[in-house]
Amino acid sequence: MSTAVIGESLPVSGNHPAALVRSCDTTSLPVCLSAQRFVKLHAVAAVVFLLVGGIGAILLGLTRWPAVHLLNAEWYYRVLTLHGLNMLIFWILNFEIAILYFAGTVLLNSRLFSKGLAWVGFLLMLAGALTVNVAIMQGRSDVLMTSYVPLKAAPSFYLGIILMAVGALIGVINYFGTLYIAKRDRTYTGSVPLVVFGATAAAIIAVVTLLHGAIVMIPTFLWSMGLVESVDPSWYRITWWGLGHMSQQVNVCAMVSVWYLLGTLTTGSRPLNQAVCRGAFVLYILFINLASAHHLLVDPGVGAGWKIWNTSYAMYLAVLASMIHGFTVPASVEVAMRKKGHDRGLFGWLFAAPWSNPGFSGFFLSLVIFGFGGGITGVVLGTQQINIMAHNTLRIPGHFHVTVVGGTTLAFMALTYYVVPLLFQKEFYAKALCRIQPYIFGLGITLAALGMSFAGSYGVPRRHWDVEFTGSLFSTGFDSGAHVMLGILGIGAVIAFIGLMLYIGLVVAAVFFGRSNAGRAMEPWHEEAPAAGPALPEGEAEHRVPGTVALVIVFLLTFAVYYFANWKWLSDVWEVR
Amino acid sequence: MSIYSPPADWFKAPSGPERLWVGLALIWCIVMFIAMPYWHFYGKQNSTGEAYAVEPMTFMQRTMQFADAHKIREESGVPVAEVPPGGDAYLLARMWSFYPVLQLRLGQTYRLHISSLDLQHGFSLQPLNMNFQILPGYDHVLTVTPTSTGVFPIVCNEFCGIGHHTMTGRIVVVE
Repeated sequence: MSTAVIGESLPVSGNHPAALVRSCDTTSLPVCLSAQRFVKLHAVAAVVFLLVGGIGAILLGLTRWPAVHLLNAEWYYRVLTLHGLNMLIFWILNFEIAILYFAGTVLLNSRLFSKGLAWVGFLLMLAGALTVNVAIMQGRSDVLMTSYVPLKAAPSFYLGIILMAVGALIGVINYFGTLYIAKRDRTYTGSVPLVVFGATAAAIIAVVTLLHGAIVMIPTFLWSMGLVESVDPSWYRITWWGLGHMSQQVNVCAMVSVWYLLGTLTTGSRPLNQAVCRGAFVLYILFINLASAHHLLVDPGVGAGWKIWNTSYAMYLAVLASMIHGFTVPASVEVAMRKKGHDRGLFGWLFAAPWSNPGFSGFFLSLVIFGFGGGITGVVLGTQQINIMAHNTLRIPGHFHVTVVGGTTLAFMALTYYVVPLLFQKEFYAKALCRIQPYIFGLGITLAALGMSFAGSYGVPRRHWDVEFTGSLFSTGFDSGAHVMLGILGIGAVIAFIGLMLYIGLVVAAVFFGRSNAGRAMEPWHEEAPAAGPALPEGEAEHRVPGTVALVIVFLLTFAVYYFANWKWLSDVWEVR
Repeated sequence: MSIYSPPADWFKAPSGPERLWVGLALIWCIVMFIAMPYWHFYGKQNSTGEAYAVEPMTFMQRTMQFADAHKIREESGVPVAEVPPGGDAYLLARMWSFYPVLQLRLGQTYRLHISSLDLQHGFSLQPLNMNFQILPGYDHVLTVTPTSTGVFPIVCNEFCGIGHHTMTGRIVVVE
């Protein structure tokens, strides 16, 4: 490991203790070795839980594929509980804490605030995740991720989630501490970089999220111990979704930050207008916390006015934020590519983009899948009245598998292709496989989500073991089209699982057995494509983004068609109020 | 660059295509927002969340009385209750059945009370794919007007234990 004390090579000196910092051999950024250790620990834990969740995913996919119907009912619901928590909480939160530790230290030239806090946070998160997984596998906590009361799990199930939440909260506090000492010690000049700004937005939302988790889980834990008589199901739902949905907004924020980061790392892009990008992050902080209403749109006891105001995140201002990022991210790539000389036609820059670089392909596929798939479906399903045709059907998982999996997870996978060589200082093996991995995973998850969405449009419920309703008093079933869609779900799940296993295999091989690249720059993922013309001088084409404008216009038209089609379908069902 | 501190003068208004897109996106968001209150007043399908507190046992007794009073036949051993037009109908969800079967008339409006005896359940009317949440302790009132005839299965779409997939019911709509 090339450990060097950094002094005059940087414009501002950091606050690192001697011998606890190294200069990155590729980017020359100062790497706090203490933060690097915890980035590694959280990243490894994240990938382990991704593996657990992924094995769950393929079992579930093969069960919902009617022609296979692999698991029995008991194990289906058990594995569903396991899958949801490992993927949505344990994998994602661990990776996000790693991102916070990276952004707070490396990008601000600061040391980590507290090694002790980092240990406590990490160990609590680990203990919480293990406790939950043991509780699930013991078979007394088949309550699914949401654990809606009065469905009751073993007390250790709730305790594990509380430990996890507290551990994550400590990680977030450590991040804020790092921001504080970086500011105090003047380790950077001016404003924080955009990626740090986005990560901070994620951290702020995470605090609110985790507090909701504590508010809902502590009484529920006491209730499961028999110390509290009952927990109101409606109160539980509204508060739990303050955790459940808002944690997805942490994911959105972290993912968008990763988009900006990877745009810069792979194409040298820079934001067109920092104020716009930062303003959009502020919109997330201010308005996205209302989204728990999305899950209560057809609930009793909450009125239409409340539902309309909250579900639209107060007039869709957080949707506006996502639409802004959906423009500024590709626009920044377009400008960067054009300035390098790829200035021909509407999409010359896009064709010349480094598609063989998994850091780029993963990031750009994530952007497209999240925008066209997850964004559009999310807004439509979250429309108060349209939700009547969507609540608790497979349309809901169809939505979030293209936000949190095709979007966030794929972006995090793409980032891994830089985290391993830069922070673990190991080179990947089988680079050809690395290059195709994002495509396989992106294709698989998109197919699976399409299958879910369309099966859900036929009425197929989510979280349901048997679409044939075997053994029920009133036999029923679904249109054959629904069965075709469930088959597509199954095929997509298999492809995505192959992409996932490829990712885990490649990462494990690199981290534990890879060639060290300490002391030299990482091997580049791509050669710059030969430019169609000369590079443009500084100041030219700063806003030349016709390709992005064309893309977002197509996006807006797709959005509008799907949106109004759903209103039309709604107008065909029974009248209800 | 997104990874370095921006120049000191970074705070400026958007310009060019970026400004255009922010404007377009904002207009679209406002259109979508207005659509919901519009539909609330002029649309025919809404979830108003009308609900009353009720003890699960009390709701069960009401449903039993209702089913006995309006029973016209049985299907699969479950009474079929013909609901008087404009009247109140009761539907009890419990692990793992819906009780009773309801018979409605096309174009008539009913106040359909749904609640649960035990866990949370889902009311999912097929193949229309209309879905509402059922909570114990909450008498959820749907003011509903059938606009098509036939036999409509109800399936539970909120997980309620190992027998969840067998939980079905039925609504019959006649001319």
